[in-house]
Amino acid sequence: MLGYLDTIDWKPLWLSLQIASLSTVLTLVSGTGFALLLTWRKLPARHLIDAVVSAPLVLPPTVLGYYLLVLLGRNSAIGGAWQWLFGGPIVFTFAGAVIAASVGSLPLVVRTIRLGIEAVEPNLIAAARTLGARPVRVIATIVLPLAAPGLIAGAMLGFARALGDYGATQMLAGARIGGVPTASIFVMDQLLANRDDQVFAMSLATTIVGVTLLYFANRLTHRLHRV
Amino acid sequence: MQLRRGEFTLDVDLDCPPGITCVMGPSGAGKSTILAVLAGLAVPDAGRIALGDDVWLDRGRGVEVPVHARRLSYVFQGLALFPHMTALANVAYGLHDRQRRDRPSRAQALLERLGVGHLARRRPRTFSGGEAQRVALARALARSPRLMLLDEPFSALDRELRAQLTALVRELVAELGVPLVHVTHSVAEARLLADQVVRIERGKVVACGAADDVLANVTSLEE
Repeated sequence: MLGYLDTIDWKPLWLSLQIASLSTVLTLVSGTGFALLLTWRKLPARHLIDAVVSAPLVLPPTVLGYYLLVLLGRNSAIGGAWQWLFGGPIVFTFAGAVIAASVGSLPLVVRTIRLGIEAVEPNLIAAARTLGARPVRVIATIVLPLAAPGLIAGAMLGFARALGDYGATQMLAGARIGGVPTASIFVMDQLLANRDDQVFAMSLATTIVGVTLLYFANRLTHRLHRV
Repeated sequence: MQLRRGEFTLDVDLDCPPGITCVMGPSGAGKSTILAVLAGLAVPDAGRIALGDDVWLDRGRGVEVPVHARRLSYVFQGLALFPHMTALANVAYGLHDRQRRDRPSRAQALLERLGVGHLARRRPRTFSGGEAQRVALARALARSPRLMLLDEPFSALDRELRAQLTALVRELVAELGVPLVHVTHSVAEARLLADQVVRIERGKVVACGAADDVLANVTSLEE
């Protein structure tokens, strides 16, 4: 058994875990911001912003990857600014893979966190305000702690989505990052090469990682709900 | 204050002197809306709210003091104790303008004053109905309010507990010397508590005056 495991190339899984972890941090921060904005009923063009943030859910991954290429490519304003700041392009890099995974998972994260925020009893927010709390304090001390189950669920869904990203990542970051494919690209490569042992091992490993994370997320969410 | 929401129109003129004003009326009469407007949680279409010389709201002049800047306390119908905080943290929440190191001792003193000092380290889900009311009242006192608002906080309690808490509220209001606006359905509770009673129906004041006068011959709000 150990001999079999030694024959498997684990670098793609490690790369995917790194991309998914960084993507989760990014989407958790930006997703919380968007979710808070979208729960604010007076936000101008709220429905339009919601539709734009949710677009990656309905776009084919290759189309999303194409948009990202256009938006972040060397000739774009953002790509040029990135090059000027960091001395290299975004496309076909690790950063590009993180961005592609983040954009793909952002709608799931925003929607889940938003559900968590909207589940906070309005009277608790009103009580905090009448106790002299300004909006930022209300968000930091009441809304976010009570929406924690939603934040955790959003982070876990985002991580799982980022771990399995394929189309957008391949469009923006290419098939290899520093010579290593991501886990999902690796599975496709090995399938086309008829290397069933590699396909099976990588599929099983990503499944175990995903299911384990969701299991602990569920347990943590359940504990927080009981508070 | 005037406020229109769909078919409902609230149009009331209230003067609340120091002491307890009970606002009574059937469900949907606009009682809780009055409290929400006083607290700044709802904005009326027209109106003016002044506490002594301080104007909190004057729609005509564009004055609107935000909720957090109105020195008031509001005890909600469901109490709205923060479930993720201990009783001490709930009370200390309203003490943020004090030095950080003074907050726990002040919060503990308020809990002791309300007879629930032993609950300081416990969270709301472990409280009995009466304990939760007392913690909510302790939290309401934390801001040294200039106006107190109570929205049927005792409605779910039994008669004995209700009598205990109404006596406690009377004591606290006498101590603080501030106006308290208390929304209730209960004629008996209003008789026990009120210095002044305001009866509203369909968003309009139908009777206002001393409790004995307004509640004479009234046994239930449906009369």
